[in-house]
Amino acid sequence: MSEVFYQSITQLAAELEAKKLSAVELMQAVIARTKAVEPRVRAFNSFDESDALAQAAASDTRRAAGQSRGPLDGIPVALKDVIAVKDQPLTASSRILANFVSPYDATVTTRLRDAGAVLWGRCNCDEFAMGSSTENSGFHVTGNPWDVTRVPGGSSGGSAAALAAGEAIATLGSDTGGSVRQPAALCGVVGMKPTYGLVSRYGLIAYASSLDQIGPFGRTVEDTATVLRAIAGHDERDSTSYRATILDYRAELAAHKGPWRLGIPKEYFGEGLDPEIGAAVEQAIAFYKSQGCEIREVSLPHTRYCLDTYYIIATAEASSNLARYDGVRYGHRSKQAKDGVDLSYQSRAEGFGAEVKRRIILGTYVLSSGYYDAYYLRAQKVRTLIRRDFLEAYKDVDALITPTSPVPAFKIGEKSDPLAMYLCDIYTIGVNLAGLPGISVPCGFTKSGLPIGVQLIGQPFQEACLLAIAHAYDRAHDWNTRHPIL
Amino acid sequence: MTSVLPSVSSVSPNQSGYEAVIGLEVHVQVKTRSKIFTRVAAGYGHEPNTLTDPVVLGLPGALPVMNKAALDAVIKAGLLLGCDIAPVCKWDRKNYFYPDSPKNYQISQYDQPICRGGSVEIELPGAARNVMGGHKHIPLTRIHLEEDVGKLNHFASDSLVDYNRAGTPLMEIVSEPALHSAEEAFAYLTSLRATMVYGGISDCDMEKGQLRCDANISIRPVGQTTLGTKVELKNLNSISFVRDGIAHEIKRQIGVLERGGVIVQETRDYDGMTGTSQSLRTKEEAHDYRYFPDPDLMPVRVDDPWKERMRAECPELPFPKQRRFIEQYQLPYTLTSVLVWDRALADYFEETVKLAGVAKAQTVGNWIVNDLLREHRKSQAAFADIKVTPAHLAANVKLVDSGAVLPNAAKEIFIEMFATGDMPEAIAERRGLKAAPTDSGELEQWCRDAIAGNAKAVAEFKAGKESAINAFKGPVMKAAKGKANPKLVDETLRRLLAAM
Repeated sequence: MSEVFYQSITQLAAELEAKKLSAVELMQAVIARTKAVEPRVRAFNSFDESDALAQAAASDTRRAAGQSRGPLDGIPVALKDVIAVKDQPLTASSRILANFVSPYDATVTTRLRDAGAVLWGRCNCDEFAMGSSTENSGFHVTGNPWDVTRVPGGSSGGSAAALAAGEAIATLGSDTGGSVRQPAALCGVVGMKPTYGLVSRYGLIAYASSLDQIGPFGRTVEDTATVLRAIAGHDERDSTSYRATILDYRAELAAHKGPWRLGIPKEYFGEGLDPEIGAAVEQAIAFYKSQGCEIREVSLPHTRYCLDTYYIIATAEASSNLARYDGVRYGHRSKQAKDGVDLSYQSRAEGFGAEVKRRIILGTYVLSSGYYDAYYLRAQKVRTLIRRDFLEAYKDVDALITPTSPVPAFKIGEKSDPLAMYLCDIYTIGVNLAGLPGISVPCGFTKSGLPIGVQLIGQPFQEACLLAIAHAYDRAHDWNTRHPIL
Repeated sequence: MTSVLPSVSSVSPNQSGYEAVIGLEVHVQVKTRSKIFTRVAAGYGHEPNTLTDPVVLGLPGALPVMNKAALDAVIKAGLLLGCDIAPVCKWDRKNYFYPDSPKNYQISQYDQPICRGGSVEIELPGAARNVMGGHKHIPLTRIHLEEDVGKLNHFASDSLVDYNRAGTPLMEIVSEPALHSAEEAFAYLTSLRATMVYGGISDCDMEKGQLRCDANISIRPVGQTTLGTKVELKNLNSISFVRDGIAHEIKRQIGVLERGGVIVQETRDYDGMTGTSQSLRTKEEAHDYRYFPDPDLMPVRVDDPWKERMRAECPELPFPKQRRFIEQYQLPYTLTSVLVWDRALADYFEETVKLAGVAKAQTVGNWIVNDLLREHRKSQAAFADIKVTPAHLAANVKLVDSGAVLPNAAKEIFIEMFATGDMPEAIAERRGLKAAPTDSGELEQWCRDAIAGNAKAVAEFKAGKESAINAFKGPVMKAAKGKANPKLVDETLRRLLAAM
């Protein structure tokens, strides 16, 4: 059996329940591991040991009193530093929020507390979740635990790396164009983006509101299902949250039995796909075929417009969402300002990094008078077509299977061209534009030992089915028993 | 550029050969318990930054949720003004940087406002004070719902922001450019304000910023159909300032053209205290607000049952009420023009008439307009707190009518009733203000004496001169020391005269 910090929620919950392990012991093990590896991985922006230990002690008290709140009670869960935790720093990995402490909990935070989870560590990310490598963090670069000279992916790179390095048992990220699934693939863990509207965005720092969705990372699909169940569900504080029926996704894994009909979108296997990744995904497809699943090729003809559409809609929304960071009420305040309006301009000029500024400028441009129809409005129409492609495909199949990322973890500093970086999300962006659920599951390693992920894309609000399909593969393979050498 | 002109209440454009064209943009704060996108209370006069929460302050991660009561109010306002209510409306972000705006965008409605069309009925000045003026409907372009911003307070070296006002639901009511004088603008605002107050939509207290007005003003030679270059006038913070500011601006524009200049499209700030205006910004400096649909809010569908629920809450408006009062109660215009503009007063009138009888409507109206309002003003109490209820007033009217109390005594009774809240009967009793309980034999003798003493009046009465009867009443009252029941006196005199 592996070290305690590499065990799954399912294993740990059983040990906690059997009182073979206390939540405090578990937390201490995770803290020790974090201190040992963090100098190389640097997955966290901050963590609060005493607060985490106090939460763990409270969990032990509950369990001793027979009031355990379920499988997450006492489990250390680290949150991407874009999700509000009361009285803890909330920075979005941006200098502009370097000293900001949130006075309130995000809805997912409240729900994790209600489930008994121990909230642990603020995970590094690309500044305001803009990027695919976590190199855009305003604070530091996170190393991929499998090779710390490589990126963990992004934007939720810290969340993926922390989990892969044993610095947490589960983590949360946010996924706007692939920001949970792509780093999950690059770090060899499971990462899921739920259907838009399934998980409340209240308390999530907005990047692109119509695309953002909080999603869980887990060592196994089962763990991912456990966390999703805790955080999903309608929230009256988020007008875009959907009144979906929330199931016990872990229990549902057994209820959904194949064989399923799986579609292979031909546009996702073209130029730019690393051959080792292509081969690993073919292997995964072969596995499903061997299980009696029907595999058929499908077409998503508007795939080639996804990247352009995304960078218009996401930047437009971001240019407005990020307007509030002006140094007036909170955050970095420039000392150079001449007057109230200048204060906003100077604080922003000093506080935001290059990629954030680039996207704000892009977004401002596409919304400008005279350009709105040609860019923003047109992109929204194309978005509708992209969604239609998926819904059309789902007439014949239950889910789609694709690579998560075209490339494995690349070297820190390797992709200096923003456009080359944008191509990292080519297989994940369509899912956000269409509002669908998607999950990345480890499906092998490159010859050089870098993890590979396969993506499964499900139908709107059919998370139970999607997780069951992913679980069928996950439980039949042992990729998650391999751990990086740190 | 600052122009200084004497404050004028009226300019006659026709005399100058120019016609003014004015459109008004009126912001009305909707009276809801909580703010438009969160549960925090809306209010005025609280300690700075106490009516806030993550949503109001635009903290990272906070999201808006629409307050249905605010939508109810706008739908009601739209129905009161005869607007078309959109079956679906959406919310847009208006992007601009200013420290009073917590998110640096304002959630508003751009191309799909909740109300379109409709009109505000106004009354133009009549030929005399007691003559009703002509009426006119000023068409509306649209009404939309948005959020109010905070308030900047400037000090010597600093500016402080108070976000208590931020997130208060705000309606923007935009008129067509269909007003042609400062007086029409004044009448428009008076009527619009009364409508909002009547509907319970807003208290429209301009001092508290609950109603604010910007005016777009242009002039053109009389007869020209195309519009002149418009100037936007801002900060018109009382209805009188709106009137004065517009008059000033019309005069300024005429002056510019007369001197051979051209009107520059600009926004000007009007200072009501000095009667001057100053350029704030020209067209070139105008914002590009980069409107786009707010992805945090869902569009709202307004179905027929919802509209009908709001329609059922719509009260009768002042002008229709005025026409009805004139028709139903035969009230003179002057009385109605006092009664109908205050819903509480109009309701008070109708309740009293219900108790006193329609035949006494004008009497009741006079009591309210003269005595009740006089005492109310003196007392400085809230109208809802006054002790004279419609039942009190109706009882007093009946006492006079029955002859039990003489009109002068009733006035005294009213004042005491206002102070104490006692019923008039009790006050009359206590104060000895009742007409004398008349011994019929004694009264008859006084009447006989009076008739006997004035043969000329007897002859005139017999000849059909009805008013001649009054000649006998003086002596009778004198004999009765003023305490005889006038009704009984009249009856007795007529009986005796008829028998002669």
